[in-house]
Amino acid sequence: MTSLLHRPSHWVPLVLMAALAALPFVAQAIGQPFYIALVARMLAYAVAASALNLALGYGGMVGFGHALFMGIGSYAVALPAFHGADNGLLHIAITLLACGLTAFVTGLVSLRTTGIGFIMITLAFAQMGYYLFVSLKQYGGDDGMTLAAPSRLGPFTLGSATAVYAAGFVVLALQTWWMHRLRSAPFGMVLRAARQNPRRVAAVGFPVLPYRLAAYVISAMLCGLSGVLLANLNAFASPATLSWSTSGDLIVIVVLGGIGTVFGPVLGAIAFLGMEEILKAYTEHWMVVFGPVIVILALVGRTGLMGALAKLDRAPSQTPATAKTAATPAVQGGH
Amino acid sequence: MISGTLLLAQLLNGLQYGVLLFLLAAGLTLVFGIMSFVNLAHGALYMLGAYAGAIGYEKTGSFVAALAIAMAATFLVGLVLERLAISRLYRRDHLDHVLATFGLVMFFNELARILWGPQPYFVSVPDALSGTVELFGFNYPSYRFLIIGVGLAVAVGSYLLIHKTRLGMLIRAGSVNPAMVGALGVNIGLLNAVLFGLGAMLAGLAGAMAGPILSVQSGMGEPVLITALVVIVVGGIGSVAGAFYAALIIGVADTLGRTFLPMLLRQLADRSVADAAGPALASMLVYLLMAGVLAWRPQGLFPAHKG
Repeated sequence: MTSLLHRPSHWVPLVLMAALAALPFVAQAIGQPFYIALVARMLAYAVAASALNLALGYGGMVGFGHALFMGIGSYAVALPAFHGADNGLLHIAITLLACGLTAFVTGLVSLRTTGIGFIMITLAFAQMGYYLFVSLKQYGGDDGMTLAAPSRLGPFTLGSATAVYAAGFVVLALQTWWMHRLRSAPFGMVLRAARQNPRRVAAVGFPVLPYRLAAYVISAMLCGLSGVLLANLNAFASPATLSWSTSGDLIVIVVLGGIGTVFGPVLGAIAFLGMEEILKAYTEHWMVVFGPVIVILALVGRTGLMGALAKLDRAPSQTPATAKTAATPAVQGGH
Repeated sequence: MISGTLLLAQLLNGLQYGVLLFLLAAGLTLVFGIMSFVNLAHGALYMLGAYAGAIGYEKTGSFVAALAIAMAATFLVGLVLERLAISRLYRRDHLDHVLATFGLVMFFNELARILWGPQPYFVSVPDALSGTVELFGFNYPSYRFLIIGVGLAVAVGSYLLIHKTRLGMLIRAGSVNPAMVGALGVNIGLLNAVLFGLGAMLAGLAGAMAGPILSVQSGMGEPVLITALVVIVVGGIGSVAGAFYAALIIGVADTLGRTFLPMLLRQLADRSVADAAGPALASMLVYLLMAGVLAWRPQGLFPAHKG
C-alpha cells in the first residue's frame, strides 16, 4: 500500500474518480447544484478527449476534426427527438453508426496522408459537416435547435444535469477502464508502435493502415457519445459544436492532461473547463490569458499534468525500480 | 439563363478572391515548406493587418499610407512572434505547432475584441477607386481591379524574389538542407525570421486590402485561413507557384459555386430546398475539392520540386 501512496500518478486517478462519484451528493447536500452541471460538462468533454487520445495519443494521428463526431452525436439526439423518437438506445445506436461510418469513409481518405495533410483533411471534413448542419434550415440551421425531448433509457431520462452526470460518469469510467486495457493489449501495442515507427511495424508483419483506421473509427464513435451527453445537458444542439475551435479545444485538453496516457484526458478536461470557469469569473476576456497559457504549454514540452504527477512519483524514498515503472507514459513525438 | 456578363463578373470576383487567398497562402506555404511549420495564427496576422489598415486609413486619410502601415505592423508582429515563440518550435512536431498557434489565435482574437470592441469596423473604399471601370459593356468596381492588380504584382514579385535574387537562392537552399546552409555561414535563424516576417507582411497586406470589401472584426481571419490552408494543400505544400494556381482555382470555384450552384439546384429541386442547400453545397465545394485532390494526389497538384 505504501508503494501506491508514493505514486501520485496511480492514486490520483482513483481518488479523483471517487471524488467525481461523490460530487453530486455533496453538491446537493450543500445546496450548490450548479456544480453538477459544470462537472457534467467536464465529464462529457473528458469522454471526447479520452476518445481523441486513442487516435492522437496512442495512434499519433493528429485529428483536427473531432468536433465533427461530437456534433453528429448531438444531432443524433436532436433530430430523432424533433420527430418524436426519444428512445435513448436509438440515439446511441444512431450516434455509433453515423460516427463509425463517417469515420470509416473519411478515415480511409485521410489516412492516405500523414503530417500536415492529415491535420488539414480532418479539419476539412469537419468543416464540411459544419456547413451541412448550418444548411439544415428546417432544423434551425445556424441557430441550432432546442431538444424536443431528452433521451429516455427505460425509466431513466437524461432530462436533468444530475442524470447526465450519472450517465457521463458511467460512460467515462467504462471508457477509461477500456482504454487502460486497450493501451497495453496487442491492438494498443501495435498502434503505439506504429506511431513511433510505422515502417518497422509493417516489417514485423502488422499492416499499419487497418490498425489506424480501426482506432480512428473507435475514437470517433466514443467521441460521438460525448455529443449525446452534451446535447442532453444543454437541451440544445448547435452547429457551433462542429466549429474548428471545438476540435482545437479537444487537442488542448488531451495535451494539457498528458497525451498518450490513460487518465490524462480526464485531468485535462477538468483543468481546462475549470480554468475557463475561474478566469471567466474575473474577466469576460479570459481567452487573452488562456491563449498564452496554451502557447507556454506547447513551448515547455508536453508531458501534461500526468507527466507532472509521474515526476512526483520519483520521490527520494523510492527505489529506482518502482520509479522506472511509474514513468511509463511515452510522450515522445513522431510525425 | 446564365448571362455572359454575370459569368464574367463572377469570374473577376473569383479572381479577386483568389489573389487575396494567394497573399495569405504564399506566406503559409513558404513557412511550411522551409521551416516545416504549421501556422494557424496566420489568419490572426491577416486580421491585425485589416485593423492596422483601417486605423491607418482613418488617421492618415491616405490609402497607400494605410497599406504601408498595415504591412509594417504585421511584419514587426511577425518578427516578434517568430523570435519569441515560433522559432523555438521548428524542431518539434506538428502537434506542438497546432497547439501553440491555436493559443495565439485565441489571444489575438480576444485582444482585438478588447482593443476595438466586438462590433465590426467598416472601412470605406478610397475615393479615387470608388468608381467602376467599364468592361465589355458592364461596370466592375475599380477597387476590385486594384486588388487583382496588387495580387498579380505580388505573385510576379515573389517569383522574381525566389528565383532571381540572392535571398531567394538562400530560401530555396534552406528548404532543401537548412543545416548545410547554416554550415556555409548563412545566419539561418535570421533568414527564417525574415521569411516569417515577409509572410506575415503579405497576410497583413491581404487583410488591409480586404478591409473595404469585408467588415473588419475579431475572428475574421479564421474562415479565410482555413480556405488558405486548403489552397496550400491543393497546390502542394511548400510550392509558391502551386499556391498561386491553387488560390485562383479555389477562388474561382468557390465564387462560381456560390452563385451558380443555388441557381442550378433551383432547376432540379423545390425553391426553398434549393435556397437552403445551395449555399451549403457551395461552402462544401472547396473542401470536397481538397478531399478529392488529397485522395488522388496526396502531394498536391503542383508540388514543389525539391533537390
